[in-house]
Amino acid sequence: MRTMIARWIGVATLGLGLATIPAMAQDLVVGLSAEPSSLDPHFHNLAPNNQLSAHIFGHLVMRAADQTLIPGLAESWRVVDPLTWEFRLRKGVTFHDGTPFTVDDVIATFERVPTVPRSPSNFSSYTRGRQITKIDDHTMRITTGVPSPLLPNDFTAVAIIPKGVKDATTEDFNARKTTNGTGPYRILDYVQGDRTVLERNDAWWGPKPHYKRVTLRVIRSEPSRVAALLAGDVDVIEAVPTTDVARLKADQRLSVFEATGSRLIYFKMEMNRSPAPFVTAKDGSRIDNPFLDRRVRLALSKAINREAIVARIMDGAARPAGQFVPDFIFGASPSLRPERFDLEGARKLLAEAGYPNGFRMTIFGPNGRYVNDTKVIEAIAQMFTRAGVDTAIETLPPANFFSRASQGADGWPEFGMYLTGWGSSTGEGSDPLRNIAASFDAANGFGQSNRSRYSNAKVDELLKKAIATMDDTERGKLLAETNNVAFADQAIVPIHFQVNIWAAKKGITVIPRVDEWTLLTGISKQ
Amino acid sequence: MLAFILRRLGQAMLVIGAMVVIVFFGVNVIGDPVWMLISPEMDQNAIEATKVALGLDKPIWEQFIYFVGGALQGDMGRSFVHGEPAIKLILSRMPATMELALVALLMAVFIGLPLGVYAGLKPESRISKSIMAISILGFSLPTFWVGLMLIMFFSVMLGWLPATGRGDTVRVLGIETSLFSWNGWTYIALPALNLALLKISLVIRLARAGVREAALMDYVKFARAKGLSQTRIVGVHILKNIMIPIVTVLGLEFGSLVAFSVVTETIFAWPGMGKLLLEAIQRLDRPVIVAYVMVVVVLFVAINLIVDVMYSILDPRVRLTEARA
Repeated sequence: MRTMIARWIGVATLGLGLATIPAMAQDLVVGLSAEPSSLDPHFHNLAPNNQLSAHIFGHLVMRAADQTLIPGLAESWRVVDPLTWEFRLRKGVTFHDGTPFTVDDVIATFERVPTVPRSPSNFSSYTRGRQITKIDDHTMRITTGVPSPLLPNDFTAVAIIPKGVKDATTEDFNARKTTNGTGPYRILDYVQGDRTVLERNDAWWGPKPHYKRVTLRVIRSEPSRVAALLAGDVDVIEAVPTTDVARLKADQRLSVFEATGSRLIYFKMEMNRSPAPFVTAKDGSRIDNPFLDRRVRLALSKAINREAIVARIMDGAARPAGQFVPDFIFGASPSLRPERFDLEGARKLLAEAGYPNGFRMTIFGPNGRYVNDTKVIEAIAQMFTRAGVDTAIETLPPANFFSRASQGADGWPEFGMYLTGWGSSTGEGSDPLRNIAASFDAANGFGQSNRSRYSNAKVDELLKKAIATMDDTERGKLLAETNNVAFADQAIVPIHFQVNIWAAKKGITVIPRVDEWTLLTGISKQ
Repeated sequence: MLAFILRRLGQAMLVIGAMVVIVFFGVNVIGDPVWMLISPEMDQNAIEATKVALGLDKPIWEQFIYFVGGALQGDMGRSFVHGEPAIKLILSRMPATMELALVALLMAVFIGLPLGVYAGLKPESRISKSIMAISILGFSLPTFWVGLMLIMFFSVMLGWLPATGRGDTVRVLGIETSLFSWNGWTYIALPALNLALLKISLVIRLARAGVREAALMDYVKFARAKGLSQTRIVGVHILKNIMIPIVTVLGLEFGSLVAFSVVTETIFAWPGMGKLLLEAIQRLDRPVIVAYVMVVVVLFVAINLIVDVMYSILDPRVRLTEARA
């Protein structure tokens, strides 16, 4: 019997040996958590799409792992006058097919961006109102209608295509007829929903990436992604579930890489209407909107034990938050700290505000959009209840949640208080201020995600001044000041910043990024 | 025969129509897909532009009329998320799901049937009792848990089979399939087993019950009295008589294997239709959801038809014209 089993195992291992194609030292398989919706770099402004575009097409300006701006296809840039920027493009750069890269390609890209048909979210907000003038093949001037200090940040989002494919359709890109870029990798194979195979572009202008051939596999299920790494199917995984971090760290065969992300998880409270939706007195009778009182907002913030949430629910993979961006991001305020847990202080403030017995409310949130989102809401509801505010929770699938949070049946945001998240896409501090803290002015692009309709004239004034200030130091100070004002007023209740986690086989190094991107140029072998 | 098939097709059209109406308006009730598609920084003008680009600015009934108009000309709409024709997306994912379901079905037959027949012939033996106990587990354990356990055991602990994904595909008769390479089989083994587990249990139970009933029939006693070998009695006389319920059930179950392999495909990152459907639902990609439902209804109708035809082959007493569904 034993010999039979042994033989059987022998046959099975032999079969496996034949099955696995011998992996080359320069081959890498990466398990990703989400897949791009298209290969067209201008079709859908979605993180997985932009991440892939960065490998294939390349951008004028790039963001380093810590979100500082670094030269990409543009070698340098400078302010000529408040309405004019000058960009010098890198010389000697060629597309994958060998054609040289010039200003004409940038102009063609900017012409294509606003015209992509059926785009679910296009990139035109980065190109609108920006006129490019060609000085020579590698120098261009960009005139803007208003002072635009964030123009280099915006350029990190626009992937550059060669001028020849300006009229290509999204289908042409998806069918890989026109995936010709200047990026560090070229695309070899793309099976939608399964894998993308990339090959190193040895003619790339930057430092040569370590891996020659990379397979990006999409494994959305978290336990399966971890299992694929443990089984050795993949070499690197992104978005490691927090529950597995400790186990993977203890595993001698693996290494774990972490970076505090810029994604803030926070609560917003209705600041426009009274009574607030889903908020009543404890006996169910109508009360005026308690959130209009700053002391109530502060009390709720004090009632949250952020350290406990980070330690118990996030398994250490988060940092308590006291403002819109982590303190290492441009525009953060050096003086703001996470609110300390102070149950007595919270009760006292509620009493002062006229709610000695608290009140009752239902808080809302998405389930499955942010790391452990439902568990975080559950824990905080109990903390609020301890402070005297009887809190029930309701979590909804993201598709349902965001739709209702933005627009309920009556056209207004539906929830009184809800949890959501924000990752700064520009890599600096004005982006969350502009979208969350600024007064709702959708037509001009302010307060887009300000569903609570918080409005503070001082915040608006400082922010508008900041985003028109060309001088970086001055702008940083103004943004910090805006943060100070917004949090003195408790515009939102911040909870934590998520920590981004990668795990890899021993010997492989991953540079962990603040923006959650997995970039192959940052993966190497010691 | 022809009248029978035509009537079936008529019924199918009705079902498709009803399903499309339910799904089209049902998805609309869940929420507005625009909020899932846009990037949160977009300003109001850009959001409006997106709505117009996707036709979501029009009232829902107008969108429906527009969709029906397109569908009658063979255009099922384009995915909001991918910008490609929905039907093309689904068909490109179909071979992966089909081969998974097929392998699972074969596993159900070739594992379930022998075990079930054995358990039926020797109901009191210890082995039979273990088979039945295991089949209860197969019924009651949740698919996603079993899937993870299979990965843990065969991939992580033993390292025999890859944990997730699909193997190398070969183009056979215009269809990409991984069934013609050894590498492909190593990838399909675990997800197919995971998907088949419930069906194996089902076949075991059906076969056991059928065999126990048939074994007492006069024709079996007669065959035995005539001195026929046990192999012939079981292999020809009993097996042929118990196949009708099994074929019926497996036919219907094949439909459900194809249509509802969502969980298995997600756990094993299998690039099939189920995963596509799940992602479409999460993002409220209505054209894909509607097209998927249509494809599945057509599939079920086709399978039912095949099952009916197979009846008439297995049991000459059944005439298709008599079957009034």
